[in-house]
Amino acid sequence: MSLSVSTQNDPAPRRPENGSVTIRDMLYAWVVQWGAAVVNGVATVGDIALFAWQMLVWIFTRLPQRGTLLVNFYQIGVLSLPVVALTGTFIGMVLAVQSYYQFHAIGLESHLGVVINTSLVRELGPVLAATMLAGRVGSAMAAVLGTMRVTEQIDALTTMGADPIHYLVVPRFLACIFLIPALTIMADFMGIVGGYFYSVMVLDIDHAAYLTHSRDGVVGFDLFSGIFKSVFFGGMIAVISCYQGFHCKPGAEGVGKAATQAFVYSFVMILAIDLFLNIILDKIYFAMYPAGANIL
Amino acid sequence: MSDPAAEHLIDVQHLHVDFHGQKILKDISVSIEAGETVAVIGESGCGKTVFMKTIVGLIPPTRGTLRFDGHDLSTLSPPALSDVRRRFGFVFQNAALFDSMTIFDNVAFPMRQSTTADDDEIHERVLKHLQEVGLPPTVISKRPSELSGGMRKRVGIARAIILQPELVVYDEPTTGLDPIMSDVINELMLDVRRRYPVTSVIVTHDMRTAQKVSDRVLMFYPRARLDKDEPQVLYDGPPAGLDQCKDERVRQFVRGEAGQRLMEITG
Repeated sequence: MSLSVSTQNDPAPRRPENGSVTIRDMLYAWVVQWGAAVVNGVATVGDIALFAWQMLVWIFTRLPQRGTLLVNFYQIGVLSLPVVALTGTFIGMVLAVQSYYQFHAIGLESHLGVVINTSLVRELGPVLAATMLAGRVGSAMAAVLGTMRVTEQIDALTTMGADPIHYLVVPRFLACIFLIPALTIMADFMGIVGGYFYSVMVLDIDHAAYLTHSRDGVVGFDLFSGIFKSVFFGGMIAVISCYQGFHCKPGAEGVGKAATQAFVYSFVMILAIDLFLNIILDKIYFAMYPAGANIL
Repeated sequence: MSDPAAEHLIDVQHLHVDFHGQKILKDISVSIEAGETVAVIGESGCGKTVFMKTIVGLIPPTRGTLRFDGHDLSTLSPPALSDVRRRFGFVFQNAALFDSMTIFDNVAFPMRQSTTADDDEIHERVLKHLQEVGLPPTVISKRPSELSGGMRKRVGIARAIILQPELVVYDEPTTGLDPIMSDVINELMLDVRRRYPVTSVIVTHDMRTAQKVSDRVLMFYPRARLDKDEPQVLYDGPPAGLDQCKDERVRQFVRGEAGQRLMEITG
């Protein structure tokens, strides 16, 4: 159901007899190109929305078999844990390194934990877990589904009475939205551990002061907002990556492009959704805590 | 059934299929009776694969009607279409086996998907159908990538017939195989027809397959090479009549002669 607008059949800009291209011709070509790009963009967004709608209809009518779900939950969630834990640890330590000198200059290095933990729990943990999921799982989903499309395995499913969206997309979507909170918590936890380790062991900040201030800085809403956002990131990664796989062009280049685009579009959408959800969550936060954030 | 179209197993009327504004099939009207074995032949790009994918509902027609046993496929709801599709078996050109599964799981897939059969029954049926296509029980634990092209194609046939469909569609079943294996596949297609009361549609450009297996041949011609009002099906008749066909283009295809086409390519 892919929609596209071709510019191939459009009349070429008229060339004057001396062969030069006038400004009017260039403007004409520019309008044609941008017009086609806008129409294609709108059609693709509509196409993705229809794809997501079909998936949601299946989720609410019939769930996939348990075995299919478990395989996807294992591959998407369990196998992503080590890499998310590792990157979480590093990002916690990097935050400690980056923030130390500014805090040290004003004598507030014992408050470092507040900054590290708040940044991690509210922002870096969920975004990092989602980025790793998009890189490790999103591009793999697009490549696997793309190869299945190119080698007619998706058509084979259809001819055997199995709906490809129900069989292939729904389990991946459910695995992403149910397991990304766990990955986010892992990234948060390992980041906090990494930040603590670097601050206390390497930067020699007092252990008790670090922990006390850390505990005061992060509220339950921070943790909730990070996990809440991650569910949207996970859902977006699954929909975009599966869509890219389903609409993969033939050949090795097509599969490669689908995998790359799955990551790039997922990453852009993670940051875009992050912005909008932060704006909404901030409004809720200030409604709940009118005194505002008070980390120092 | 009172519907006259239901007299034919497949009834295609004035079928048009366009892709990205390009007309692939134009005004095709063909009926296929139950029990027939029809070979659809034609050069690459003539629309024979599109025709085959359209009759099993993989590609929606742009215009025209397409009925299977009286059901108009374009008007069916997705669950009803899935039910009708269970009456089809489809053998893909490159087998299209699921490479994440073993051979056993591949052949068992339609049964697990569409029946409530228990594990013992599924196991028994999978082994029976693998044996029918000449594969030993030892292949069941292998992955598709561990098998040769001919073996994969035979697994594809076993998977397509496990639910004993009324219509089996073969997409270029002998393409890419050596002559011996091509003949094995031809014999298997005849064997399937002998064992089960199936209707077969074979899309091929292998004249040996068309001559040996089919009892009716449809020859398609690329739309772009035809005049505006010429029909796209150049031949519809028994395989024995192909050599005597009045249309030079049909005889040229059957004999495999490039003719004027060589001049077009080389200038």
